[in-house]
Amino acid sequence: MCIHDEAPSTSQEPTTTSTFLVDVKDGARDALPILFALVPFSAVFGAVAMERGLSLGELLFASMSIFAVASQYVMLDLFGQKVPVWSIVLAVLAVNFRHVLYSAAIGRHMRGFSGPQKVLAFFFLSDPQYAASENRAAGPGLRPAYYFAYAATVYLTWISANVIGALFGSLIENPAAFGFDFILPLYFMGLVVGFHTRPGFLPVLVTSASLSLAVYFTLGSPWHITLGGLGGLAIAAALSTPRKATIDV
Amino acid sequence: MSDIVFLIALCALVTYLTRIGGHLVLSRFGAINHRVEAALNAVPVAVLTALVAPSVATQGLAEAVAIPVTALIGLRKSLVVSVSGGMICLLALRAIGS
Repeated sequence: MCIHDEAPSTSQEPTTTSTFLVDVKDGARDALPILFALVPFSAVFGAVAMERGLSLGELLFASMSIFAVASQYVMLDLFGQKVPVWSIVLAVLAVNFRHVLYSAAIGRHMRGFSGPQKVLAFFFLSDPQYAASENRAAGPGLRPAYYFAYAATVYLTWISANVIGALFGSLIENPAAFGFDFILPLYFMGLVVGFHTRPGFLPVLVTSASLSLAVYFTLGSPWHITLGGLGGLAIAAALSTPRKATIDV
Repeated sequence: MSDIVFLIALCALVTYLTRIGGHLVLSRFGAINHRVEAALNAVPVAVLTALVAPSVATQGLAEAVAIPVTALIGLRKSLVVSVSGGMICLLALRAIGS
């Protein structure tokens, strides 16, 4: 975890540079496993978008500016059904509402970010970006170099795979064939368990899982994410005792 | 501007607002209550669990087993080991099942 440079440095400059390089390397490395899941899904999205009559330019505009695959599917789907614009935007808001919670939580770990860096960083706050950043913040600390290396790896892969899917859509294999479809749930599960020492871990996990399932089978998707998540947060808040608040994890 | 370009721009704006909004709202408050602090510390566990839960219940036996297996390995081992272990378990069960 803790990596120091090989030669003792005479000034602070080399140490800073080496921290920077380690952050960049770790950020790119931590993003690698999810690329296996991201590439087929991005390619499929590219292919579907072309099928629905988007031009390559419109597809690129959507993927580069929205950068949230679930909500892009929702948008594409509803656009085809000729429903009013405001209801499409509302559906996208519902799918993306969990980001509000990510944003509030991870913002506390961005003390090392400048104002403009934050403005840019929040643009890239996808599910894996958030999860990896929380993990990093709990370890060596979350610095801009790590965050943006992870973001760039994911973003560039996402855009490239979109284009490949748009151009060669018919050649794409079913992502389920190699189990790639399931890397993301496993990755998120692995990350969740990484936080098992946090206060209230088990009650939060059980509450969120049960509430998510209950909502999923009644109200339906995407409400299970936000409501299940909020249920877990309520339990964490209820179990909290004043002294714990000073521990920065 | 065509309909779809306008729609994409709106969706991009709404998505960005959700991504920066939580931080903007929270940073208006100086010191935050310990319960809010605890809730925010629980965000990764609560929200990611809520995101994953339906995958356990709706996909099939291989998936329903692979996720808890990943979790159990993750209690002791690194993320790479737990995710790889879960994948191996998933592929093995899918191979048997099909």
